[in-house]
Amino acid sequence: MFGLDRQTRDNIWTLIAAPTIWALHFLLAYGVAAVQCAPNQAIFETITATRWMIAGITVVALALIGLIFLRAYREWKGHGGGTVNDQDTDVARESFLEFSTVLLAGLSFVSVIFVALPALFIADCR
Amino acid sequence: MPDARSLKPCRAERRAKPWNSVFQSPRPPHKASIAVGASALSAKTLTHGARCPSFAAKRLGLTTLLLPLALSGCVGPQSTFGGAGSEAAAVEALFWFMLWGAVFVWVVTIGIAIYATRVSPGRHSERTGIRFILIGGVIFPTVTLAGLLVYGLKMMPEMRSEANGPTIAVSGERFWFRVAYGVEGEPGVVKSLPPGGVESANEIYLPVGQRSELLLGSPDVIHSFWVPALAGKMDMIPGRVNRLVIEPVREGVYNGVCAEFCGDAHAQMGFRVIAVSPEAYAAHVEAQSQPAALTSGPGLDAFMKNGCDACHTVRGTEADGAIGPDLTHLASRRTLGAGLLAMSEENIATFVRATDHVKPGVEMPSFGVLPDAEITAIAAWLGALK
Repeated sequence: MFGLDRQTRDNIWTLIAAPTIWALHFLLAYGVAAVQCAPNQAIFETITATRWMIAGITVVALALIGLIFLRAYREWKGHGGGTVNDQDTDVARESFLEFSTVLLAGLSFVSVIFVALPALFIADCR
Repeated sequence: MPDARSLKPCRAERRAKPWNSVFQSPRPPHKASIAVGASALSAKTLTHGARCPSFAAKRLGLTTLLLPLALSGCVGPQSTFGGAGSEAAAVEALFWFMLWGAVFVWVVTIGIAIYATRVSPGRHSERTGIRFILIGGVIFPTVTLAGLLVYGLKMMPEMRSEANGPTIAVSGERFWFRVAYGVEGEPGVVKSLPPGGVESANEIYLPVGQRSELLLGSPDVIHSFWVPALAGKMDMIPGRVNRLVIEPVREGVYNGVCAEFCGDAHAQMGFRVIAVSPEAYAAHVEAQSQPAALTSGPGLDAFMKNGCDACHTVRGTEADGAIGPDLTHLASRRTLGAGLLAMSEENIATFVRATDHVKPGVEMPSFGVLPDAEITAIAAWLGALK
């Protein structure tokens, strides 16, 4: 699954997969919280169900981003793990895309956690 | 070759002379030294202004002049540095924490830049570079931001905890604030603020040491309620009642403003918050709940004859308009025209004569066409409504 054991060809879609999951997680988390809190009523009632929903989509998003990170990291290491890409070759292009995917997946992983943190600390709609 | 520093001109001279004149010397420099000299000059030009006494003195003088002006914004009744409210104090603590954190990051960053360009300008290994980026560019910012986020998130519910003081409705209206003490209601998506309460305008009394709940709304456009010395901003949105909890910790008079552009007179849409003891608060609300002090006379007659009652209420008289501010205790307020003029008979007359001149964009029409005697009578009567 996700080409963990083989070298696959990277492209723009594999590159932006992790930030796309981050964006979707952001959208869903805010959507779920807005549905609960936009009426601006009973603001001291705990919103446990909403927090669990956010926790759930966060776990799914982190798992998917983790897989993307792992796949890209292994393939990048398989290509030598270089950070200098100044050659006009298919391998250099592949290595560049893989390394960029690793960085974007790392950024997306941290960002998804940051987006989910309010649900950890805030228990109601205040 | 002479010392390049001694030959560098002041900024004005530099403008006047072509660049090559900087290198004038008794004998032409050695070819190999030209490149080195040029790069050294370009690097040191960065600090050039500081070596030019007249320019440095001017800059220092300018800074000395402007610094008090800039810092004057840090004190006074409209300053977030006043710490007159528990929320403002928490935000101020967060600000200083972040400011010193930012100073630390800046010093470290500049220190590294100096190290890399002056102390050890040679080429570093790729391994060192990657480790540096990983620690300085990934781990440090992630940990720092996570810490700040957690600190801020923990602060938020505390600021909005339950109130133990009065509930006050404040409606932002173009271009003033309607106030009602002692209402009963909840935040929500509703058409208007809860009715009732003791009505006033452009001035809010709050008890010190109690967490008052302010229900904020608007009948027209989005406004924003902000008393910098006491608490953060909260929007006043048509069709929605928002909630803001304010706990003043020190008695005083503080300025409040509309912090969301709402039209022509937005900049003249202010109010005052007067933080007093709980006893003084209760006494004030009790006084405000009473009918007008003077319910007859030529001023009231002129007021009614010219239709002022269509927009204004003066309790104890037949004037019961609900469009403009309640004027029952107008003279007890500190300001006129939503924080614009000091309260006085003269200013009331001036405002009535030419509202749009005093407060461009105001909804109330000018009544300069009225006989001066009538305007004076109205102003005298309103000026007596303590």
